[in-house]
Amino acid sequence: MAEWFAMGGYGFYIWGSYGVTALFMIVEAILVVRQKRTLLQRLGRMVRMNSEVE
Amino acid sequence: MNLFKYSAPSTFYPLAGKLAKGFAIASVVLLVIGLYMSFFVAPTDYKQGEGYRIMFIHVPAAWMSMFIYIIMACWAAAGMIWRTRLSSMMASALAPTGAVFTFIALWTGALWGKPMWGTWWVWDARLTSELILLFLYIGYMALESAIDDPRRAARACGLLALVGVINVPIIYYSVQWWNTLHQGASIKMGASGSLQASMTEIMLWTMLIMTFAYWFYTIAVALTRVRSIILERESNTAWVKEMLQQGGK
Repeated sequence: MAEWFAMGGYGFYIWGSYGVTALFMIVEAILVVRQKRTLLQRLGRMVRMNSEVE
Repeated sequence: MNLFKYSAPSTFYPLAGKLAKGFAIASVVLLVIGLYMSFFVAPTDYKQGEGYRIMFIHVPAAWMSMFIYIIMACWAAAGMIWRTRLSSMMASALAPTGAVFTFIALWTGALWGKPMWGTWWVWDARLTSELILLFLYIGYMALESAIDDPRRAARACGLLALVGVINVPIIYYSVQWWNTLHQGASIKMGASGSLQASMTEIMLWTMLIMTFAYWFYTIAVALTRVRSIILERESNTAWVKEMLQQGGK
């Protein structure tokens, strides 16, 4: 197992590449989903507030 | 079915939601298969040992960085020619993902270059033009956030995107035009018009699966982002208000 992670001496470079790639893709995906959710909540509040005023 | 119907933000918004979900699922499935093949199916390279496995995420990311730029420029051009709101929104939705893949290409390239070439970075044509691509994406996003009026922003960003297109063929052909440390194209057209690959068939398949996984990821993320942009820009319209009153799906 440890030998597999060592990747024939290239472990640092391989895991450094795959790790950062995964990090960026996961973070970007989380950010776009969260951005849309908070936007929907904010606009939803505004619409409800306006309809109560009317 | 009238396809032009979907060029209106109000009809595109729910469609984009359904498509994003489908592409996200497809992307995860392909990523799992692609990663499994990258580490457990693809054989050790006779020259580079295990180190070459960085290729499976590096080459597709570099391809995506160029594809996304071209598509972004096409949407920007469409937005400038036909003044369609949705086109400029699509261009804006693609820029951050393009920047992410450009960064990934540069980062994984540095980590591949160090053990193989003995250096993280050289100022040669391929690496420098890819770095310029990153600056183009960042410049696009900075310009957009600096201009308040969305129509003026779309025009300025569209112009930047179109001028920047010239960088894409420079990146692609840089390894042929100039002497460089960077190896040649992974896949190229042979003399007979057939595709030639500088690797075994299983390596090629792994790389193609990863490329499609990145593609589907890009589509899912960009469609989700464009939905936010649509909501923001159309927040005063009747259809957005009606949708929000119904719970906002």
